[in-house]
Amino acid sequence: MNATLNTQGFKAGMLSALLLLLILGVWHIATTGPATPAAAPAVTMTAEQIEYAKLMGKDPTAGAAPAAAKSGFPTLSQMGAVIVKHASEPFYDNGPNDKGVGLQLGYSLGRVALGFGLAALVAIPLGFVIGMSPLIYRALDPFIQVLKPISPLAWMPLALYTIKDSNISGVFVIFICSIWPMLINTAFGVAGVRREWLNVARTLEVPPLRKAFEVILPAAAPTILTGMRISMGIAWLVIVAAEMLVGGTGIGYFVWNEWNNLSLPNVIFAILVIGVVGMLLDLMFARLQRAVTYVD
Amino acid sequence: MNDADDPHGLYDADRPLRLGCSCGAHASASEHAADLARSMATTELRARSETAAFEAESRRFVEASLIKALFPEDSVRRNFLRAVGQRTAMAAIGSVLPIASLQAMAQEAGKPGTLEKKDLKIGFIPITCATPLIMAKPLGFYERQGLNVEVVKTAGWALIRDKMLNKEYDATHFLSPMPLAISMGVGSNATPMRVATIQNTNGQAITLHVKHKDKRDPKQWKGFKFAVPFEFSMHNFLLRYYVAEAGLNPDTDIQIRVVPPPEMVANLRAGNLDGFLGPDPFNQRAVFEEVGFLHLLTKDLWDGHPCCAFGTSAEFIQAHPNTFAALYRAVLTAAAMARKAENRELIAKVISPQAYLNQPETVVNQVLTGRFADGLGGVKNVPNRADFDPMPWQSMAVWMLTQMQRWGYVKGDVNYKQIAEQVFLLTDAKKHMASLGMKPPAGAYPKFTIMGRVFDPEKAKAYADSFAIRRAAA
Repeated sequence: MNATLNTQGFKAGMLSALLLLLILGVWHIATTGPATPAAAPAVTMTAEQIEYAKLMGKDPTAGAAPAAAKSGFPTLSQMGAVIVKHASEPFYDNGPNDKGVGLQLGYSLGRVALGFGLAALVAIPLGFVIGMSPLIYRALDPFIQVLKPISPLAWMPLALYTIKDSNISGVFVIFICSIWPMLINTAFGVAGVRREWLNVARTLEVPPLRKAFEVILPAAAPTILTGMRISMGIAWLVIVAAEMLVGGTGIGYFVWNEWNNLSLPNVIFAILVIGVVGMLLDLMFARLQRAVTYVD
Repeated sequence: MNDADDPHGLYDADRPLRLGCSCGAHASASEHAADLARSMATTELRARSETAAFEAESRRFVEASLIKALFPEDSVRRNFLRAVGQRTAMAAIGSVLPIASLQAMAQEAGKPGTLEKKDLKIGFIPITCATPLIMAKPLGFYERQGLNVEVVKTAGWALIRDKMLNKEYDATHFLSPMPLAISMGVGSNATPMRVATIQNTNGQAITLHVKHKDKRDPKQWKGFKFAVPFEFSMHNFLLRYYVAEAGLNPDTDIQIRVVPPPEMVANLRAGNLDGFLGPDPFNQRAVFEEVGFLHLLTKDLWDGHPCCAFGTSAEFIQAHPNTFAALYRAVLTAAAMARKAENRELIAKVISPQAYLNQPETVVNQVLTGRFADGLGGVKNVPNRADFDPMPWQSMAVWMLTQMQRWGYVKGDVNYKQIAEQVFLLTDAKKHMASLGMKPPAGAYPKFTIMGRVFDPEKAKAYADSFAIRRAAA
């Protein structure tokens, strides 16, 4: 059993590596295709044509030097250089508009942590109440159903107007998008705790608070954690968009700023970073989830 | 200079600069060189700004801007001076504007007690219009006034408006119609905003997608999709004016959308737009990327039109008059410097890096020096493509109001002059003058010409009603 699993894991890893190589290969071939035929050599150009070419960012007098792709898709080596550059100094800080990618990530993670934490503080107790009381559940259900599908970014103008602080508005948007999965999953988990366990608790005359913490919470924990994991995924999706909208700091702002400069290598780099961080966050919750899972 | 000071021989005339970055802080030698050139440009500009000659000049420049604001028409200024005498006039001017103690401030700058607030946040959009406001930071003009200013890049004009209303920013780079609109409560809650000075004149262009090279006549533009940076912008008003003069109704024959300037080129490339009337450097960037060409510079529609402004809320000025005066001085000093052609190339170096415009230096350079590729294969030389003239402007504010009326942004009658003078800081000045027993100058409204049509601010209502193509006010 173990051996087959191992070989299967090995095979899957090989396949992943192969796919990666394939992607990189396609990228390489696509970006280093036949160089566009160079413009007429400098000798045949008039002075004005030469100046025009220079103003357009191509220097015909520089001989065969490759016309640097100004904002086109980067080649693999250009991409590598960008990654090395960012990775070598992730925490530089040149004032409010120019910070290293590590610092920007820090801002984004901070906002997500704050918004997500607040959402958890509200959603989990509320979810408990809703899960334990069918009456409240039915009363709140219409509100939840209407509010849940709203794109969190749609809240942004309203948040900016009422909260009057762009930073807090960003946190609010994370809060509002991560609250629903946690709320619904908590309610679902709490409502689904097995009758027998509750009955045992009642027979033993366990006080309500103790019942909540020692019977219901552990029983519902896997479902709650699932909600938190979904929420975190959504929050990480939304923070990038929110920061692109509000700007200032964060990885989303980094993407926006590089988009201004039409700098695809930097944008691709940011995309990779966002993906990797998102994966790490998800792994973290997967671990937590495994820790609280039980077999009945 | 010995080796300890300069271990890599950067400043050694006898040794070539090593290939590969010698200081280790940059990924490549060219990047290192660019950084070096940038810091040298900053040093050079700083040195130029610290000469006695420039200081005297910038002081005159600040004063002249004030007087021009009060007396846009020279004959009025001279009559006024003759009537009250030079000395009284100087005293009066010194006392009326909220920038009252300007000269005194200059001498006291740096003394902490005089400033009500020293740590300020100023918003800007990464466009060349903001040049004076931006360059004042790396060149230390704010510091020299005793201010600790953070200039913050902002993602769009709506956000600038919201952050001003939120008081996240103390002062900001505005589109010049914005303070009028915000003060009137059009498109936001009414909050009195004040304009300290115009940032720049000219410097915008109509850029079209390269596929439209043969459609140079706006009559052929039916169905085009255009972008402007904001509804309350000179860009929107000028584009509407231009196509309407060609017989197109901008509300029905073309589509005009609001796109933040930095996103215009990406949208043009993607084919979402056929063109835009936008701020530089994005017009030039579109040319540089070979996706667009410059159809015309807005200078050719109305030479010397205002574009962006530097302003803040009335509340801020009231609470912090000295801070405001210091800011005003810093920004105008920068404008005085930016106006000079010989500084432009260096300024391009200073403001193009990532923290500010985040654009290739050659693009910014072409915009500021006015020697540029037009996207059609030609090199043009237009030294006044962009200028930073803090000129008088309440008459131009009146024009903006007529256009806001024309396109239905404001309904009903507009008291043009009252709004213009309030926003442009003249109401307080005139009140003060009257209380000093002086007759406030009249005739502050010179005429000007836009695409061959003369605008007389004294007949603004008739002008606003004279257009055949307009949106009927409800």
